[in-house]
Amino acid sequence: MTVTAEKPLVKIEGLHKYYGHHHVLRGIDMTVNQGEVSVVIGPSGSGKSTMLRCVNLLESISAGRISVGGQLIGYREINGKLHDLKTKEIAAQRREIGMVFQRFNLFPHKTALQNVMEAPVHVKGQSKAAAQKRALELLDRVGLGDRAGHYPSQLSGGQQQRVAIARALAMEPELMLFDEPTSALDPELVGDVLNVMKDLAKSGMTMIVVTHEIGFAREVGDTLTFMDGGVVVESGDPREIIANPQHARTKEFLGRVL
Amino acid sequence: MEHHQHGDAPVLNKSVPVRHPGRWVSAVIILLLVAAFLQSLFTNPNFRWDVVGTYILDVKVVQGVGWTLLLTVASMVLAIVLAILLAVMRQSDNPVFRWTSWVWVWFFRGTPVYTQLVFWGLVTVLYPAFTLGIPFGPELFSYALSDPSKGLIPAILGLGLNESAYLAEIFRAGLKSVDKGQQEAAEALGMSKGKIMWRIILPQAMRIIVPPTGNETIGMLKTTSLVLAVPFTLDLTFATNALANRIYLPIPLLIVAAFWYLLVTSILMVGQHYLEAYYGRGVDNSAPAAVNPAAAKAAGAGADAQRSMKTDFPEESAR
Repeated sequence: MTVTAEKPLVKIEGLHKYYGHHHVLRGIDMTVNQGEVSVVIGPSGSGKSTMLRCVNLLESISAGRISVGGQLIGYREINGKLHDLKTKEIAAQRREIGMVFQRFNLFPHKTALQNVMEAPVHVKGQSKAAAQKRALELLDRVGLGDRAGHYPSQLSGGQQQRVAIARALAMEPELMLFDEPTSALDPELVGDVLNVMKDLAKSGMTMIVVTHEIGFAREVGDTLTFMDGGVVVESGDPREIIANPQHARTKEFLGRVL
Repeated sequence: MEHHQHGDAPVLNKSVPVRHPGRWVSAVIILLLVAAFLQSLFTNPNFRWDVVGTYILDVKVVQGVGWTLLLTVASMVLAIVLAILLAVMRQSDNPVFRWTSWVWVWFFRGTPVYTQLVFWGLVTVLYPAFTLGIPFGPELFSYALSDPSKGLIPAILGLGLNESAYLAEIFRAGLKSVDKGQQEAAEALGMSKGKIMWRIILPQAMRIIVPPTGNETIGMLKTTSLVLAVPFTLDLTFATNALANRIYLPIPLLIVAAFWYLLVTSILMVGQHYLEAYYGRGVDNSAPAAVNPAAAKAAGAGADAQRSMKTDFPEESAR
């Protein structure tokens, strides 16, 4: 939609993933520019979630390289040889990358406000007062300012997911990953979450969104990537691909979900 | 639906409940048995309630309660600290830690607590002094273990180490019960391993851990009666037995001991109730928490909205 500065923020090169002998990702290449919304679609088992989880190292990288903001994820390269990063260094890299999960994964023993404040206070070392002020602003932004004192069990799925987005934003990440954020929601709750994501995209956040929401891809996406069988089948302008898919597999998939 | 058409309250159904004659019969039988037992308590002179009355607040007995409590609390604290460590080690990436934890549980769970207590009583025979040094090399530090305060320390060690093995399994089950997504969400926020364990995983695991740990604490209260194996001879069971042997009246002093054990158990159960309520917050009991004046006001408004929503369903608010 918006003309981006063409400055790559995320670079995925030759990414492979094995679970034992199971070859899940078979060489993924992908670039996401600063401020861009990159939507990834594909049938279940196509490896799209695995690819996303590799970006913040929730899955280890079997082969290939991922860099975010010019920084190699999970490794340090010394004279062409890769060295594993320490747990602490990986944690530092993850602070720059927000993640939203399909199952929300809010901390059930903490209120909405405490969920959002947790990382700023206990990871970044912000004062409680400052973190609380910012957290209430973020909850307002996702439309839940009046639910700050509620525990996750008292919130609907859509509200929980919006708290989860606020929680990720509280760390002020340069990149947001969305792993099927609306797949676990009742249909009437999907819209609220998508609206929050649209606002976020408008504000210039770089986002990789794995989803089944073709409408969101068409409306908000800057690029659309269709994955199947652990490879990128097709990638490009969302509206063009949706209107006129080039590959038979893309055509078949879109025919089933549209 | 038609009942609601004019906004009238619906006419509630008044049905004839199912009768339960079996409940009445069983209640009568049990009440008769209880009455017979109570009658014997008051009429059978062999209970010697006068002796119970004499000894229930005897200095030796009350001190015995104190020592039993001390043994219970100290050994449980030792066991809980060790158990957290063992459970975390068992989940560690480090194979040495995993193996050490497994062997510890295997050994301390696999030998009788009585045997372990006798062993800790005799440990000074095996190791008269605690020495820190390089194996087969020079000695750096030494501390004599002789006369360890009349068996208290060996008793606590014996009870605590044995219990740590059982608690380690309870803690392991608790940690495993926490959804994997919690770990991932915390990792994705960039939290350190230690913070994830202490702030995210353990508080949630505690909900599962507290009930069986309360059970173990109450069990420990009574297991302390085995410390005569060390020997440690000031606890409640030993004190009441000694008194019974002196006056040749075992039954009244058994009643004295049972009274005190029941009293302490009851107090522990109250404590457990509050612990369970604390760790169940957000899951078992979930009144919205007030956070600050502004947010509390906002949350209150939210609660009001819920309340007004509820009044749309009269049968809901009637419950």
